[in-house]
Amino acid sequence: MKKLLIALAATAATLSFAATVQAQEKLKACWVYVGPIGDFGYSYQHDQGRLAVEKQFGDKVETAYLENVAEGPDAERAFERLARQGCKIIFGTSFGFMDAEVKVAAKFPDIKFEHATGYKMGDNLGIYNARFYEGRYVIGQIAAKQSKAGVAGYIVSFPIPEVVMGINAFMLGAQSVNPDFKVKIVWVNSWFDPGKEADAAKALFDQGADIIVQHTDSTAPLQVAQERGLHGFGQASDMITFAPKSQYTAIVDDWGPYYIERIGEVLAGTWKPEDRWEGIKEGAVLMAPYTNLPDDVAAAAKETEAKIAGGWNPFTGPVAKQDGSEWLKDGEVADDKTLLGMNFYVKGVDDKLPQ
Amino acid sequence: MDITVNILMTIATAATPLLIAAIGELVVERSGVLNLGVEGMMVMGTIGGFGAAYLTGNPWIGLFAGIALGAIFSLLFAVMTLSLATNQVATGLSLTILGLGLSGMMGTNFVGLPGERLPNLYIPVLTDIPVIGRLLFGQDPIFYMSIVLVIAVAWFLFRTRTGLTLRSIGDSHTSAHALGIQVIRYRYLAVVFGGACAGLAGAHLSLVYTPQWVENMTAGRGWIALALVVFASWRPLRVLAGAYIFGAVWIGQLHAQAFGIPVPSQFLSSLPYLATIVVLVLISRNKRLTMMNTPASLGQPFVPDR
Repeated sequence: MKKLLIALAATAATLSFAATVQAQEKLKACWVYVGPIGDFGYSYQHDQGRLAVEKQFGDKVETAYLENVAEGPDAERAFERLARQGCKIIFGTSFGFMDAEVKVAAKFPDIKFEHATGYKMGDNLGIYNARFYEGRYVIGQIAAKQSKAGVAGYIVSFPIPEVVMGINAFMLGAQSVNPDFKVKIVWVNSWFDPGKEADAAKALFDQGADIIVQHTDSTAPLQVAQERGLHGFGQASDMITFAPKSQYTAIVDDWGPYYIERIGEVLAGTWKPEDRWEGIKEGAVLMAPYTNLPDDVAAAAKETEAKIAGGWNPFTGPVAKQDGSEWLKDGEVADDKTLLGMNFYVKGVDDKLPQ
Repeated sequence: MDITVNILMTIATAATPLLIAAIGELVVERSGVLNLGVEGMMVMGTIGGFGAAYLTGNPWIGLFAGIALGAIFSLLFAVMTLSLATNQVATGLSLTILGLGLSGMMGTNFVGLPGERLPNLYIPVLTDIPVIGRLLFGQDPIFYMSIVLVIAVAWFLFRTRTGLTLRSIGDSHTSAHALGIQVIRYRYLAVVFGGACAGLAGAHLSLVYTPQWVENMTAGRGWIALALVVFASWRPLRVLAGAYIFGAVWIGQLHAQAFGIPVPSQFLSSLPYLATIVVLVLISRNKRLTMMNTPASLGQPFVPDR
């Protein structure tokens, strides 16, 4: 038994040595994903970013990733493993990796870490996120213009700030067109369950919504819309192939430019930990081509997109909270901290926020 | 009226995969074998169904590929637990994990492609009857298969000699063996039947429910099916009732939410498991009932002449 252990240890040592030697030739950039890269949603888009990095830098950069890494203590081992395998920069792509990444970053001061959607930073740990809510404001306007019933169905996963922020931005967009616009909200308690999402979409359509919006990751709701001859919006990826007649547009996460920029900085030796929250302006949030829409609606959507790219924030007052009390004064812009911790609805949302 | 029909149709679609997977597992457990790999076999059926339908353009071929893949995959479990007498719980769990991983690997190239959908039945005149027309004559083909399966299994288990033999093996494999019954052969057939059913249930997901492929798209339905078998105390008609109750509760809460009635959806998501625990407690209080329904040698390995 002892001999076996020594043999194992020796093998492990050789292997990790081999990995270090290899890594000195190229810059090794690594990713940790919460889901499978085959989800065609959130993790898939991050992996598209990784592929964009490979394409951009060719021989100078080598990449590696771990998929399906559970949030929590398991994540720590994943980060540590990558750190020991010679990764020079590691991107953790899910909120729940935060504490694990903070710990591992402290252990490996020479390695650069980046964490998506979190809020803890360090000497070698930067954070990044995308302003998805900007896209949601745009689709809110489209929904209000296109809906005959004046009611949209909204499928959501969990009541976290990111999701609440999205609902509010959508409503503000819709109300800018039709102040009486209604939204029906259904929580499915899952980021990813095509069956449940399809059921939720059917329920919402049955109850009179004629447009479906989702903050869950599968293409199932759009497929239901297509079957019923109704419409909706894609999430995370351009889902037009699943609903060529039903998708108006999709809010696409494009992480490629950010990853390319940051890895370029590592190569140039100028990388510093930063707090980056980028949106339509920087190209981190893209709107998929506007389809199945009248020209004037598409043009108006592009106009809003341009306005946001020009620096206008959808959360600009006057905005009232759900109970009618004032949140933002006329012309006042919400600060990022409030947005990132958002736990209330704006006026007009007819739902009780699960606590 | 239209909305009621729509709701009932949605419930049927949600209940069908649970029902089929559970009825297959019921036969397996009645033979005294506990196969916890339902989720894994199901997801193999999902990828088999999607892949074959996509490559051939024919969802019916997909349907049979799903069944076949589920059955073949269950053979692995049968060889391990029946011929090699490995621990059934551990083997079943590894079957689930293997299935999820393997299907993900097989499906890499299918991600992001729209699939073929099995068309709903349409009989002129009959399907056009208001209200009951669509409910009775306008569902997807797998729905009809699920109903036929339940009736066939109920009849087989309780009205045929072979069914009686199968149940006797589940109750006491040593006695059955002493009577000269081929225990292992029966169990092989039962496990493969369970695999085929799980495969069909999985194919329903990728051919009817949501025609697409993404990793892990069974999302725990195999586990609900396992819970259903216990919930139904190993009786086929109760599995039917249970699957539809679970489906109705799930769809009902979605409608309640959309209607604006606040229901704690987290609680409702856990309801199938909670209900199973309650049923387990209830049936274990009544000794006679437990003895009557629970296959007595469930989960125990059997090696002839040892």
